[in-house]
Amino acid sequence: MRLPNDFLPLIREKALWMRRRAFRMVYEAQLGHPGGDFSATDIVATLYFGVLRHDPKNPADPNRDRFVMSKGHATGVLYTALAASGFYPEDWLDTYMQPESRLNGHPNRNYLPGVETNTGPLGHGLPVATGIAIAAQLDRAPWRTFVLTGDGELQEGSNWEAMMTAGHRKLAGLTLIVDRNRLQQGAGTEETNGLDPLDEKIRAFGWDVEVVDGHDHAALLEVLGAPVGDRVKPLCVIANTVKGKGVSFMENKAAWHHGVPNADQFDQAMKELV
Amino acid sequence: MAHAAPVQAGLHDCREAWSATLIALALADPRVVAVVNDSVGSSKLGGFQKAFPERLINVGIAEQTMVAVGAGLANGGKVPFVSAAAPFLTGRALEQIKADAAYSNVNVKLVGQSSGVAYGELGPTHHSIEDLAWLRVLKNLAILVPADPAETEAAIRWAHAHEGPVFIRVSRMPVPDLGEQGAYEPGRAVTLREGGDVAILALGTTVHLAMAAAEPLAAEGIAARVVNLRSLAPLDEAAVLDAARTGALVTVEEAHVSGGLGGAVAEVVTAHDPVPVERLGFPGFVPTGSVEWLFDTFGLSPEGIAAAVRRAIARKT
Repeated sequence: MRLPNDFLPLIREKALWMRRRAFRMVYEAQLGHPGGDFSATDIVATLYFGVLRHDPKNPADPNRDRFVMSKGHATGVLYTALAASGFYPEDWLDTYMQPESRLNGHPNRNYLPGVETNTGPLGHGLPVATGIAIAAQLDRAPWRTFVLTGDGELQEGSNWEAMMTAGHRKLAGLTLIVDRNRLQQGAGTEETNGLDPLDEKIRAFGWDVEVVDGHDHAALLEVLGAPVGDRVKPLCVIANTVKGKGVSFMENKAAWHHGVPNADQFDQAMKELV
Repeated sequence: MAHAAPVQAGLHDCREAWSATLIALALADPRVVAVVNDSVGSSKLGGFQKAFPERLINVGIAEQTMVAVGAGLANGGKVPFVSAAAPFLTGRALEQIKADAAYSNVNVKLVGQSSGVAYGELGPTHHSIEDLAWLRVLKNLAILVPADPAETEAAIRWAHAHEGPVFIRVSRMPVPDLGEQGAYEPGRAVTLREGGDVAILALGTTVHLAMAAAEPLAAEGIAARVVNLRSLAPLDEAAVLDAARTGALVTVEEAHVSGGLGGAVAEVVTAHDPVPVERLGFPGFVPTGSVEWLFDTFGLSPEGIAAAVRRAIARKT
């Protein structure tokens, strides 16, 4: 049996590859959301290479764990994770944002295996994931549902509707991960429409809440990989992250929400992402 | 609700057919579930709840989550029927219908109850006359508008068997049985009465009114064809163009006069075979009044339809 920590070298390797590959996609397309890609990379890599039980050759397996990418604009991280997992060939990534590409600016399940629901408008992933988790609860099925939201996204009221429903129905099979990079498109979350104390708010909706370093693979693996066990509430993992994580000139800069690199910036980033 | 029009002898509330059909489907198919927004009573789902308490998912007064939960249940292998008052289902959750149901193209069924102006005096916030215009442009989404109890049952059964998103309007307006209409298939209209001078194209609760208009018109020497379109999407364009060969059309729907059936018919005929089209429906936010008063005032009556027919014929070239 593999111990959880056996996954750590693989997660580290994949996270690095995903950051480099996603940034090249954004550079070549001159489109994308690299800041949010990088804040979420360690979370998504931990899920895909240490937690999720699924078969990329059978993406419709009814017993798969589901992952819903609510922050659908962070396609760089999602598309590289799916390619690295084997849902489709890596060379599909070369078509990112091109006319008629399967790799749209926001994910489309009808063209891309491994995508559970089409996202892009914010506040959609958690309510859909709540429905998925209700299906598992009705069937007493062991598979789990994970959903990743941004933090600014939690300003959408639909999330709080769904949090009430998930808490009320005690959806222990549902795990919400909040990419808490504290920046939204134009400014900080706390200066725009503050979320804190986020943990207390979500706990008050009937959830268990854990707060972790969202770039610490071991910490993420421990909390996300733990079995549901005796837990009776849905779980929210607030992952404290850094927008643009891994590239010095991008870190904690709101402008890199959908900023795209020039040639010098791309070269510099490739030197740092090693 | 107390304000609902009383159902007279020989007339039916199509919600009864909806709820009985859903129970029959749920007995045969364990995947069938219902999702509601505290709308068990208005959706007539008390019997379903009693028979299948676990399979009635009440998210409370939260329409965005209601539709999204439906989409999620479909992902988890269920066949969810999301049922709520049509104005709130479509208006509050329009982006969920667009992104989670239609664009994602998932197997979720959306049932808009008490559509049109059924809530009468409660006013435009509670009317659902915009739904057909809002939803008609959403690709992948079938829009079914049944006209009597048998057609309501057929529409619900078709939606269950169909793999993909469906919106079904279920009315509480009392309507008569239309009799045998043949096999149900969305996109296949039924000609209920032949006629070569003009054609009345109707949907849902207005079909029987169109039939009632045709009889006195015949006494005037006007042979009016009456066509039940049955679904707005897909639209039976061949039937519309065939009707246009009479030289004049009247559309009649319990919906906004723009963007719904009338708009769809106008698009088809202007692209192929332009003829005069008189559109009957509601012009926007309507004044306070009972359902009956609203129908009569805005021409959704045998007399109003007949008048529109005469206007259409007068415009024939």
